[in-house]
This record gives sequence, structure tokens and C-alpha cells, in this order.
Amino acid sequence: MISFTLNKEKVSYDVDPNMPLLYVLRDVAQKTGTKFGCGAGQCGACTVHVDGTPIRSCLTPVSAIADKSITTIEGLADGEKLHPVQQAWVDNNVPQCGYCQSGQIMSAVALLAENASPSEADIETYMQGNICRCGTYPRIKKAIQQAAVQMQEVK
Amino acid sequence: MSQVNIVSRRQFLKSTGMVGGAFILGGALPGCSEKAVESGAADVAKAAAKNVISELGYFVSIASDGAVNIICHRMEMGQGILTSVPQMIADELEADWSKVSVTLAKGDPKYGHQSTGGSGSIRNFYDYTRKMGALAKDMLEQAAANRWGVDKSAVKAENHSIVKVGTNEKFGFGELAEDASQLPVPDLDSLELKDKKDFKIIGKDVKLLGQEKIVQGTATYAQDIQVPGMLIASIERPPVIMGKVKSFDATEAKKVAGVVDVIQLRERSLPMNVWPSGGVAVLATNTWAAHQARQKLKIEWDHGANAAHNTEAYKKDLMANVSKKGSVARSAGDVYAHEYDPNKTVEATYFMPYHHHMSMETPAATAYQEGDKWVVWTGTQTPQWGKRMVLEELGLEPEADADKVELNTTLMGGAFGRKGKNDFTIEAVELAKATGKPVKVVWTREDDVKHGFYHATAANYYKAEVSDGGKADNWIQRVSHPQIAWMFNPASEAPDTGAMSQSFADNPFDLKNLSCEAAKTPTHLRIGWLRAVHNIHNAYAMGCFVDELAAKSGISTQQMWLNLLGEDRVIDPTTQGFEGWNNYGNNDEAHALSTARMKNTINYLCEQAGVNEKTADNEGWGISYATSFNSYAAAATKVRVVDNKVEVLEMHTAIDCGVVVTPDRVKSQMEGAMIMGLSIALKSEITVKDGAVEQGNFHDYVVSRINEVPELNVHMVDSQEAPGGVGEPGLPPIVPSIVNAIFHASGIRIRELPVNKTLTIA
Ligand code: FES
Ligand code: FES
Repeated sequence: MISFTLNKEKVSYDVDPNMPLLYVLRDVAQKTGTKFGCGAGQCGACTVHVDGTPIRSCLTPVSAIADKSITTIEGLADGEKLHPVQQAWVDNNVPQCGYCQSGQIMSAVALLAENASPSEADIETYMQGNICRCGTYPRIKKAIQQAAVQMQEVK
Repeated sequence: MSQVNIVSRRQFLKSTGMVGGAFILGGALPGCSEKAVESGAADVAKAAAKNVISELGYFVSIASDGAVNIICHRMEMGQGILTSVPQMIADELEADWSKVSVTLAKGDPKYGHQSTGGSGSIRNFYDYTRKMGALAKDMLEQAAANRWGVDKSAVKAENHSIVKVGTNEKFGFGELAEDASQLPVPDLDSLELKDKKDFKIIGKDVKLLGQEKIVQGTATYAQDIQVPGMLIASIERPPVIMGKVKSFDATEAKKVAGVVDVIQLRERSLPMNVWPSGGVAVLATNTWAAHQARQKLKIEWDHGANAAHNTEAYKKDLMANVSKKGSVARSAGDVYAHEYDPNKTVEATYFMPYHHHMSMETPAATAYQEGDKWVVWTGTQTPQWGKRMVLEELGLEPEADADKVELNTTLMGGAFGRKGKNDFTIEAVELAKATGKPVKVVWTREDDVKHGFYHATAANYYKAEVSDGGKADNWIQRVSHPQIAWMFNPASEAPDTGAMSQSFADNPFDLKNLSCEAAKTPTHLRIGWLRAVHNIHNAYAMGCFVDELAAKSGISTQQMWLNLLGEDRVIDPTTQGFEGWNNYGNNDEAHALSTARMKNTINYLCEQAGVNEKTADNEGWGISYATSFNSYAAAATKVRVVDNKVEVLEMHTAIDCGVVVTPDRVKSQMEGAMIMGLSIALKSEITVKDGAVEQGNFHDYVVSRINEVPELNVHMVDSQEAPGGVGEPGLPPIVPSIVNAIFHASGIRIRELPVNKTLTIA
């Protein structure tokens, strides 16, 4: 039995401790917002936060996050109110197919937590691990910059 | 607020308090004009629900509070049709966009054409789709006229209401919907469409539908479907196409906790078509167990004849094929009678490797039985074709048994042509039938890369002699590539007219002597449509060749394009013997191939991008152009090359795609095409060894990442022409623009892709 906090809720699951967190989230917890893209740490689609730090859930055995706090894309908004990064995504019409965007947003939120006003180069460096085959990169850059400004104003 | 209901219409009805009730009207299709049919549950439902939902034709339903839900019958893969279809319908309906939501359709012929490919949703169904809005509007107007006891001509739709002309009296859509739904459905031919100048939603920057769900992780993709008691299937498929399982041992696999069954998929007869390719499936209660156990399978394969397929040898064959005269698809004059002056002649062969779609979401589908009905959930571009295949798989009659299969669709996490093939959908059905349990088939990334329907690798040969004015009079072009048609007909042995209609034998140049030739080429891999299809390699070769001719003539590439295109005129390749030319299915005046539009797009691009500026010595601009899917697209790229290292600095696309419905999504498609073109030009490549694809994931089928993408600019030509395609036409000119830019920056001519075989990429 492995217990952790999932989007502020305490959960426990009886699963193979080697099972990557991604499959625990998707198959067992039925939180399908976190996506499978490569299963090999190469694309970032499966990015979630463990105690605020972004990790690739496809490579993280669930045992490694026991008793920790996990935030997934579903846990980002404050009820009806979108997180400023999510809002910036909507304002800039970032998603095309949308499939990579959970991971992109989770990475972007982590970036802004580390660096409140990232330069374009900072964004490129930080976001390199998240692939978008549809090609939404220019808008991701814009949205992160917009969210950065908005989050500064709120502070 | 606009919202999206992607899962199913049924769920929409459920969420608003109605299930299976309302008033179902038949006949939204041309030629049908059925009477209103009240469903049996209607009265009960009416009593039970305050907010009654009424259906006006198959596409529009209106709740009594005025909320409008529109069916999007075309499939969404990132191109934005989930907004564009509602825009077209809502504008004709005179609906308030903020009250519009959308539901993705099931696969059902009642919606008309649903196969979403060939950049056709707006290009081919612009009027049809708008009529679905006009139809609902007409019914609301009639209902209002009846209430007022006036003729329909005395009322009109305006801002989500029907008003009595010349008065302040009006009824909201919600007040009229129930009455309207009981009226006969009007004849489509009787409906008038709005004049462009009156559009309020079409062509405007409206709020896109569906984005909120995506950013919250609540949008549903095929991978996300969950059904109680379902098993997850992970399948080991034959590494070589048409290979077979000789024998297998599942002892170890079955020991993995969570594994329920191991089943060999059946061998299928030829042609392969788009049916599954067999193999051995592990079924487990969770994805992890299925994948783990699959690695423990011991399978002995019979690889079959295609195991002799190797990229290096095959490439040599393609190059050799185009070095000699092929079968002539189109000709003018006699190119072989001319004596070519070696000082003025350019002869070049261009090579492009196989490519893969690499959609972020790998294929997935779920199938189960519910009573005597089969329910399928899949992310497919072709829901009706998929449904017909499901019926066939289950041994059911295509028409008589159509109601026994419900094919539900989800958003696709990218598709690019791959998900037009329903092999994965059928795998789910086959396994659900075999186990008697709900089954979701999920493909790993390796499955996706190794068992795709690849973009045809190709060799394109060009030879022409430049004349003094910077033109050409003698022009030979040849192509050799494996064929999509071979999937359906193994007798297909050379590029067909459909393939040659894609930036090959539709050559728009004003040439005295021309020969367009195709070479016999065997096929040894599943070949499929990939965004823009044969335009990718044909436009790459032709775009590079024009650049080479310009260099030979000492004029700009822009000028060479203009010279070759010649006078303003309409191109009709059938006049030079290319009888099979299909102009993407639209051989009509509205879609005539116009050199004026080509030249205008090229000039607009060059002016907007500033390609004629003086650049630093190690920098250069490259341009190219291609017509495809009835749209006109030109691209410009600026690069820097230092010490054989290429850095892409800036990219531009200009497009004339006729009347635009969703401007932002045209822009986003152009952006996506530039980035995909960057991958194809610089680094992506599928290779085959002993019949099997060598790549498996993002580390070896490499696509562009955020740090590799330069500033992107999209320039839309203001056009009132009939709508052309958008999803694909942006891509073909990109690759040659990059390759040409490298030449202008460095003098290095690259005729073999990807570029990283020759140069380093920054
Ligand atoms: S799925 Fe985890 S990084 Fe790609
Ligand atoms: S939006 Fe489709 S992969 Fe990023």
C-alpha cells in the first residue's frame, strides 16, 4: 500500500511499487490529465510536481513518491479559477491538439516558481524537455512571459 | 461562457437534464425533408426536465435557456475544426457565440462526409456546413412566424432571437426551440446563405472552443477512455510487414501480476489495406503490467519476403530509377530532341528518407459490448470508415446492422494522417471479442514508430536548361517512390496519378518542352498519408531545383519563380496528357490553378519577409513555393552557417487559402507547419534494416524542440476566393526554403535529407 497526497487529497493505492507514477495516476487514480508521450523521459508529456519539483512520472516508480505531495494538471486551478499559467495558455490560444500541454504547463509553472521573470533563453533552456509535435513553441514562450507578468502583478 | 463537450452528445444531454428525450428531427441531408418525429421518451423527459433540449436538424440543438450546442462532425486533431464548424453554423444561425458549445460527432453517415484529411473540412464543405446553421435558423423563423401568425418573410434572426421586422417584438432562440423542432425540416436547396459582408463570426477572431478543458487536463483523448472492468492490451507486432508469428511462449509473461490473458491476433489476408498486422497481445488489468509482461513474451517470427528491405540499397534503387526515362505522365514538345548546353543545364537528383507522423498521442482505442450493441471509442480521422471496418470485423452487415455498432470519437492528440488508418481500432475490437471483456489497446511510442504508415521515401530527378532571359524551355522531371496505393492493391507498381497530382505533374511552369515521368518502384513498408503527402518530397525537389536554376542564371529565386510561372493564366495539366490530374478533388472553376495567385503569394512573401535585404556573408535567405489542396503557400527562411554549422534565424510563411473561417487557426497551422518542416529538413529520418524500422522513440526519430525554433511569421493574403486547405499546404514550401537558405548562406547545396547528414545543426 503506497500513500501520498494527490492534489491536496490523501490517497493510498495497493499497487506494484515499481509501477511508474504515470500509470498509477492514469489507470488507478483515474486522473488522465497527465499524458503518456514516450515512456522514456524524452518528451515531458507526463510531467507532474513532487513537492513542487517537476518530474517525469513515466520514469518515477510510485514507491519513490510515497508520503510526498503530488500535483497534477488537474490540481492546478483554484476551483473554477484557472492558474495564471493556464489562463495565459487560453489567452494566447496555445494548444493545437492539446495533448502535450498538461506537461508543458506543469513545466512552465515550475519554471516560474524558480525564476519569476525568465528571459526567452531561460524559457528555451527550461522547456527543452517538453516536445510539442503540433508546433506551439512560439506561443508557449509568449504565454510564459504573459503569465510571468501577471504573477508579478498579483504579488 | 463558451464551453466544450467533447465526450459525447449523450453526455451533453445528460448534463443538462435530458437523456434520449427531446424531439429528434430527421433529414438534415440534401434531398431529405422528413416530418418531425417525436421520440418515445419525449413526454416523460419533458415533464422531468426544466431545460428542454430541442434538435434542429442533426447539427444544432437548443436548450430552453437558449444554450446552443453544435455537433462538430469533422474530427479534431489540433487543426481547430472544433471551433471552425460551430463558427460556420453559428454565423448562419445568427447565434450569440458566447452561448455556443460543441460536441464531437460519432461516426454516422447522417452527418455527411466525416473523413478528416486532405485539408478538406472547410475547403470541401464550406457551403454544406453553413447550411446546417441556415436550416436551424429557418426552423426557428418559421416557429416565430407561426406564433405571430405572420408569414416567415416578416421575421428574421438577429442576435440569438427571432424578431418581427419593424417592431420591437422578439422571441429568444430558447423560447422557440421546442416549437421549431416539431416543424418539417426544410429542403436544403431552399436555404439561402449569408453574404460574406454580413459575417459576424466567420473570419473573426472568436474565442476558441475547447481550450479550457485542455489546459485543465480534462479534455478526453482516446488514451483516456476508462470503462469498468476493462483490460489494457499491449501488442507485440511482426517487426517486418506481412511477417507472421511462427510460435510463441507466454509462460513468463503470464506470471506477471495483473496479466489476465495472452492472445495471438489473427493473421489477415492480403492486401494489407489498413487492417491490423497481427502479433501477440498481452491483456492486463493495468497498462504497466501489460507492457512489462509483453517484454517477457518469447516469439519466433517468420519475417517473410520484406526482410530483404534495407534503406541503403533501396535508396540506391530509387536514385537509379530516376536516372533513366520513366513512363510519361505529362508532356509537351520533345525534351529529348534538344541538345542541352552543359554550361546552362542543371541536372539534379534529390532524396528524401521515410518519415513518421510522431503524433504526441500514440494510437489507442477501446471496444466493448453493451447488450447486443458494440461500443467503440477511438481517436480517428475516419470515423465512418472505421465503423464500416468494425462491422466487417464483427461479421455484421454494413447497412442492415449499422445500429449494432456505435463508434464514438475523441479528440486526437495529433494525427497528421496516421489516424486515418483504423488498424488500432480494429485491434481493440478483435481483442474485446476474443476475451468477452472491454479492451483498450494502447500503443507505446516504440509501437508507433515501428509500426506506422510512413511518408514515402523518394528520389526526384530534375533537368533543365536555362535560357538567356532567365527562364527554361526544356524541362525533365522524374519521380520514384513506394506507393500508398500498394496497401490496397499490391499490383500498384509506380506512382499513380493521385500522387503525381501533388506538386509533380501539375507543374505550373510555362515550358515549351516538358516531360513528367514516373518510375516503377516496389513497396516494402506500409506507406501512408503524412500531412501534405507527396507534396513534401515533390515540392522540396522542385523548390530546390528552381533555386539552382536561379543561381545558374544569376537572378534571384523570386525572379526565377516569376519567370517560370509566366503570364497570368489558369493551369490545366490535362491539356498535356495528364488525364488523371485531380486538383485535390475540385476540378471546378472556383478552384482553378491560377498563376496570378501563385505569383501574388510569392511576391507578398518576399516583400513581407524582406528576403531581398543584404545579409551578412555567412547568412542567407531561401524561399520556395507550393500549391496544394487548392491553397497557395510560399515560405522564406533565413539561416546562418558558420563552420558547417547551421543556425535557423527566422522563418516566414505567406498563404492564400481563400476565404478564412478561423484566422488564428490558419496562423497556428502555418506555425506548426514551419516547425514540422524544420524537423523534416534538418534531422528526422526513418531507416529500415532487414525489413524492420530502426528508430523507436524521440531520441532517434528526432523532432524540433523549443530551443531550436526561430522567430516565426505568418502573412495571410487577403483573399475572397473559395476556401482552400489549411492543415497541409503550409508544409511543402518549408523544407526547400531551408535548404535553399543554407546554399545562399554557405554555397553548400544539399540534395539529400536530412541536412544533418552533411552539416551540424546549431
Ligand atoms: S512520457 Fe514521460 S517523458 Fe515522455
Ligand atoms: S499541442 Fe499537439 S503536441 Fe503540443
